[in-house]
Amino acid sequence: MKKILSIFTVLIIVAGMWGCKKDSSFLDVQPNTFLTNEQVFSDPNLVLSVLADLYNRQVDFSSLNAGWGSFADFSESFPSENSGFGRGIVQNTGWGYGSWGLNWFASYNYIRDLNLFLQRDSAATGLSDQQKKRFSAEARFLRANFYFEMVKRYGGVPLITTPLTYDYSGKVNDLQFPRATESQMYDFIINEAEAIKNDLPADVSEKSRASKGAALAMEARAALYAGSIARYGATTPAVSLPGGEVGIDQSKAVGYYTIALRAAKEIIDGQAGAYKLYTAPAGASMDQLSQNFANLFIDKTSPETIFMKDFATGVTHAFTTNDQPFSFSDEGGDAGRLNPSLNLAEQFEKLDNTFAPFATTDASGKPVFYKNVQDIFADRDARLAGTIILPGGSFKGQTVDIWAGYRLADGTIITSDESDHLKPLPGSSVPVQVVGGDGPVNGLELHTQTGFYIRKYLDPAVGSGRRGQGSTVAFIRYRYGEVLLNAAEAAFELGDNATAATYLNQVRARAGLTIPLTPSDIDFNRIVHERRVELAFEGLYFYDMKRWRLAHIVWDGRPTTLSDLKTNIGKATQHSTQPWGLWPYKEYEPGSPNNGTWVFKETLPSLVTGANRFLLGNYYTQIGDDVIAANPKIVKQPNQ
Amino acid sequence: MKSIFKYIVIPALFLSVYSCKKDNRAAPGTFLTGAIMYKGDSINVERNQVPYQLYQYGFGKVGQIGNNTTFQQNGSYSQVLYDGDYKLIIPNGQGPFLWKKDANGNPDSLAISLKGNQTVNLDVTPYYMIRNAQITASGGIVTANFKVEKIITDSLAKDIERVSLYINKTQFVSAGDNIALKDMAGSSITDPNNITLTVTVPPITPTQNYIFARVGVKIANVEDMIFSPLQKIPL
Repeated sequence: MKKILSIFTVLIIVAGMWGCKKDSSFLDVQPNTFLTNEQVFSDPNLVLSVLADLYNRQVDFSSLNAGWGSFADFSESFPSENSGFGRGIVQNTGWGYGSWGLNWFASYNYIRDLNLFLQRDSAATGLSDQQKKRFSAEARFLRANFYFEMVKRYGGVPLITTPLTYDYSGKVNDLQFPRATESQMYDFIINEAEAIKNDLPADVSEKSRASKGAALAMEARAALYAGSIARYGATTPAVSLPGGEVGIDQSKAVGYYTIALRAAKEIIDGQAGAYKLYTAPAGASMDQLSQNFANLFIDKTSPETIFMKDFATGVTHAFTTNDQPFSFSDEGGDAGRLNPSLNLAEQFEKLDNTFAPFATTDASGKPVFYKNVQDIFADRDARLAGTIILPGGSFKGQTVDIWAGYRLADGTIITSDESDHLKPLPGSSVPVQVVGGDGPVNGLELHTQTGFYIRKYLDPAVGSGRRGQGSTVAFIRYRYGEVLLNAAEAAFELGDNATAATYLNQVRARAGLTIPLTPSDIDFNRIVHERRVELAFEGLYFYDMKRWRLAHIVWDGRPTTLSDLKTNIGKATQHSTQPWGLWPYKEYEPGSPNNGTWVFKETLPSLVTGANRFLLGNYYTQIGDDVIAANPKIVKQPNQ
Repeated sequence: MKSIFKYIVIPALFLSVYSCKKDNRAAPGTFLTGAIMYKGDSINVERNQVPYQLYQYGFGKVGQIGNNTTFQQNGSYSQVLYDGDYKLIIPNGQGPFLWKKDANGNPDSLAISLKGNQTVNLDVTPYYMIRNAQITASGGIVTANFKVEKIITDSLAKDIERVSLYINKTQFVSAGDNIALKDMAGSSITDPNNITLTVTVPPITPTQNYIFARVGVKIANVEDMIFSPLQKIPL
């Protein structure tokens, strides 16, 4: 009895003690597995980590972590991969209407997250005004830049700038928004950039977060795109919608070009920070100029980079693994996929500012013999060797082994299907290597099949090609070189050739083209050409072809013949539907002065069977039927 | 032994006979065929380039039935469907012709009630028609003579960008499929009633003693070309 009493008493006392706490404080436990909005938006470090996720969800057309294939299409390169989508790129005769689209639902989820971020940031009480302003400007930059990515692909899309809420009433009418017009989209981007530019740091060292330079660079590019759609859209009246969701009225062209030039000039005049071209020291040799151009894409502290997607140890990409020359492969069977085409290589002009194909034959059709393998590429734009690894070029301090075989005096070729499959040469019984260890051999994947390898963005760091390690080279989204070209194009379109020449000459001088262009040299072809060679493999060529309405002319579905390839170089309308290669051969003529010289032959890789055909319906990516069914206010794209 | 037969084989036989019926739906078996026509003349186009779209209400399907439904080279189409009510359109901006539109400028739909095989020809108005195309070959040179008739002459009329003669080894002949071609710009046409184009036949491997040829008209600001009927020309 006593025992029961004592146990009972103790229990009551214990219960009484615990019970003293208020119910509310007892039940109201802080969860330790997630943070509330109020908690996050009271600590700038936490806000920054939310923002980091939003930065990471930006999209690019070509991206180092989106696979090498995002750089490969449009006959600018040959995809040396026999499985997967690699081969499809050169066997397809065109593109589906849905090509290049984004995941619509993920895109609007992202925009909603950005809108929520803006709402919470403005409601936050634990942040200083200065902090709130910068965070808000960054999110608005990301939102505008993302709408820019959407308008480039789709034209006008619903422009949502507040987080929408569903009230469970069963009616969704007020959540369905029609497409904005294409010009409203560009106006939005331009206005946002203007509104936020002074809330962002004007700091040249701020490269992976939004800066004043990034906002202005986005504004200049967007205005330029809008201006050219207005001006050149007039040549394809079929590519437009009566509601303006696609197509911009011609009368707006001048206004947009003026904005583009003004925004670009703000960067050039140093109002956003000390951006400048990444240049080699004065008196540099052509080799050093090429090296300098290649370094621009590797050096993360370059004063040319305005906004980039950075990578670091632990967050790496496989671009170098996939694309470095075969004999440099760190992973057997993973290399050499992206082979720039001859179509692109021959666009790099000669140092006297003229265009010419690589001289493989003389006037009478006889082959030209070169003493050294690189002689055929001599006296060209330094960006050629800076963008492309040429036969005889080097990477990581070693020479690449690109040659297609021996050529005998009568033109017979001796080659094999692998470099370690040896064959004897005539007059000898000793088997020797008869093809380069890096290719080219038709159909031999992961080796070059055009005679070229990509150099831009290829990481020379030791181990960058290992799958486990990866490359940390950053992808540049906006750079000063492009800003200069944007300014030049806008000035040209506004009739100011002198200004256009000044800006173009700055970019060209860096590439060793020291004879300046005069204002009378500047024409549309020059503008188109300069962007193609300067910005190759940066994810901009495709949108350039679209906004100038050149895509259906350049990719017209006709196979590219050798004479197509060698004529009209440097012309905006030169058609380029199949990637050609330039194959070097060693001349074997014992006793002749030609013995040991090099001969070149333009070769269409045998796997190329399709020819690019860009339809008018490809100008704007199809909006999915499921999207239109969910929101009938969305009108279909033209010509689909 | 006998009981095994009775209890296993017979039920198995029944099962196999009946199961075919139970859980399988009959494959679609109704043919919808036809061609694009202008006043009884068929309109020849490039293969795989001019699309049409079929729709059907109900069944929860969003968007057109199938994808990449396009006309053949000779303008014909053929589709295997279930019996039912369908709607057919040709999207805006497709084909070297005009398809009727509704008041909002959207393509007007053609209602097709399918019950058994049916032929539905689609009447369209082409910008131009190629008439009397005569293609001959002699001495390795193919010569085509034809007339181009302008059909649409009102405010929607469009100019000829070029006329072209295409030849190919196979029966697919167009700007994308050819071994040789000859273009003439629309501005160099002096008499649309009498246009002559010639092209030299390149060496063909393996050799064959015939080629296929068509002439086509490219209309300014219209993507698809209109062609003459395919001809097989002995060399």
